[in-house]
Amino acid sequence: MSGTLASPSARSTGGSRATRAVLTAERRLFLREPGSLFWITVFPTALLVVFGSIPSFREADPDLGGLRLIDAYVPVVILTSLVLSGLQAMPPVLTGYRERGILRRMSTTPVRPASVLAAQMALHGAAALGSALLSLAVGRLAFDVALPRHLFGYVIALALAVGAALALGAVVSAVSRTQKASNAVGAAAFFPMMFSAGLWLPVQAMPDLLGRIMELLPFGAAARALGEAAAGDWPSWQHLGVLALWAVLLTGVAARWFRWE
Amino acid sequence: MPGGGRRGDARGMAIIEVRDLRKVYGGRPVVDGVSFAVEEGEIFGFLGPNGAGKTTTVECVEGLRVPDSGSVRVAGLDPVADHREVTGLLGAQLQESELQAKLTVREALEMYSAFYDRPVDWRPLAERLGLGEKLGTRFAKLSGGQKQRLFIALALVGGPRVVVLDELTTGLDPRARRDTWQLIEDVRASGVTVLLVTHFMEEAQRLCDRIAVIDQGRIAALDTPSGLIGRSASNTVISFTPSRPLAVHELDGLPAAVSVATDEKDGRITVNGTDETVNAVITLLARNHITAHQLRVVDATLDDAFLDLTGASA
Repeated sequence: MSGTLASPSARSTGGSRATRAVLTAERRLFLREPGSLFWITVFPTALLVVFGSIPSFREADPDLGGLRLIDAYVPVVILTSLVLSGLQAMPPVLTGYRERGILRRMSTTPVRPASVLAAQMALHGAAALGSALLSLAVGRLAFDVALPRHLFGYVIALALAVGAALALGAVVSAVSRTQKASNAVGAAAFFPMMFSAGLWLPVQAMPDLLGRIMELLPFGAAARALGEAAAGDWPSWQHLGVLALWAVLLTGVAARWFRWE
Repeated sequence: MPGGGRRGDARGMAIIEVRDLRKVYGGRPVVDGVSFAVEEGEIFGFLGPNGAGKTTTVECVEGLRVPDSGSVRVAGLDPVADHREVTGLLGAQLQESELQAKLTVREALEMYSAFYDRPVDWRPLAERLGLGEKLGTRFAKLSGGQKQRLFIALALVGGPRVVVLDELTTGLDPRARRDTWQLIEDVRASGVTVLLVTHFMEEAQRLCDRIAVIDQGRIAALDTPSGLIGRSASNTVISFTPSRPLAVHELDGLPAAVSVATDEKDGRITVNGTDETVNAVITLLARNHITAHQLRVVDATLDDAFLDLTGASA
């Protein structure tokens, strides 16, 4: 009797112990990749510093409703870190794990390889969020960019954007059979994604039709939602909805097509 | 395993039982009606040429593949439906799998031992496998032999009742291969059943209590190594260098001879047959006043038996 009562709890502690062990190992491995860490956490803020050093970026722009370009670029560099993390850094890791039989080896243990996928998403998501905090802090301290005025709306939009970026990365891992292929797909998707996020021209300053198209893409919608929350409004349901739809759709595609071997 | 005691073997009950297993890929049967039982405590060999269906069969045992038909039981459990329970008592070493390149030996052992409810202490295990000095080394920096020893350690760290070792010694140098054989014997001595997949005859002959010879998705024979050699039509090999060149046709009609071959370089002749053939060869040579230099009569190896068993269908 006590045995039957004890067994499920023993099982659940065993499960969480295993999940922690996977997360610990993957965190150590993540910290052993200085290249990825630089691109995710340092590069976006460095980009912000470069933009902020250009005098014209610090002048109020009537196209942006009186905002300065540097104000509009804080969300853009935050989205850059999401794209670098979810789309550039994570897919080669996951595809490589599959290609080299690491996920298969784990399938022969009581732990499912999905725990590695979850750990990778958590780590890349956390690194991107850390990078976002750094960008906000540097923007505030160095260039006097106001912190998000609607903090809750900003957090919601950011969380959805992280979800969409990680799901997009999982889709890239799912459709790429080799690590090389996932690098290539990630690189090909990088510039369109960054364009839609507004790296060349903030979405709100784009010509009308182009702007409307970009708002239907995940990072275009994210840029608008973050911009609205930064300005103190609750992000429009249209942008949040587009973002949520992409996150759900991409997660579904990844779950449908991802192969463990 | 209640109800599983079909065979009254002294060794014990079957820990792995496979019945009429079939697996088809692209319309081609890769495993075509395979049945066998591995008794607890034995080293059971799975021997066959590349592409014979060995790996697919053991992958069904490990729960990595779902059989098209037939049944697989590990300690009475279904590897697919009871995945968690089966993986807890079956340790696996896979052909061509790796670990994360920058993961150290210690980290790999720590992580894998956390996967199991009742793991063994990995420190003495690592010592026993000669990895004690390598705990801080990253996987990518290990030699082939060290990687294989780490995979054996990971297969054992959960305290399994049975381990499946697939092509464990492929790619190892002869020295590392012999060390690995000793390890496998140690593993069995510690009470763990071993299912060993190999295409090395010498390895199977040296280590296995019983061997299933698999060819084209079917079990061609299942016996002890000496039983397999004994049942082969040619269990004796006669070789000699004749004092004058001897044409192969002069040796035609030797009783029980299965094959006759002449080495083109030194004219050495090799005849596979039985004791009866030995006498006939000696009589033939004497009658023709031929001296046989370096005459050798040896028992056939598993190699010869294997070619004999798989030759018919090849």
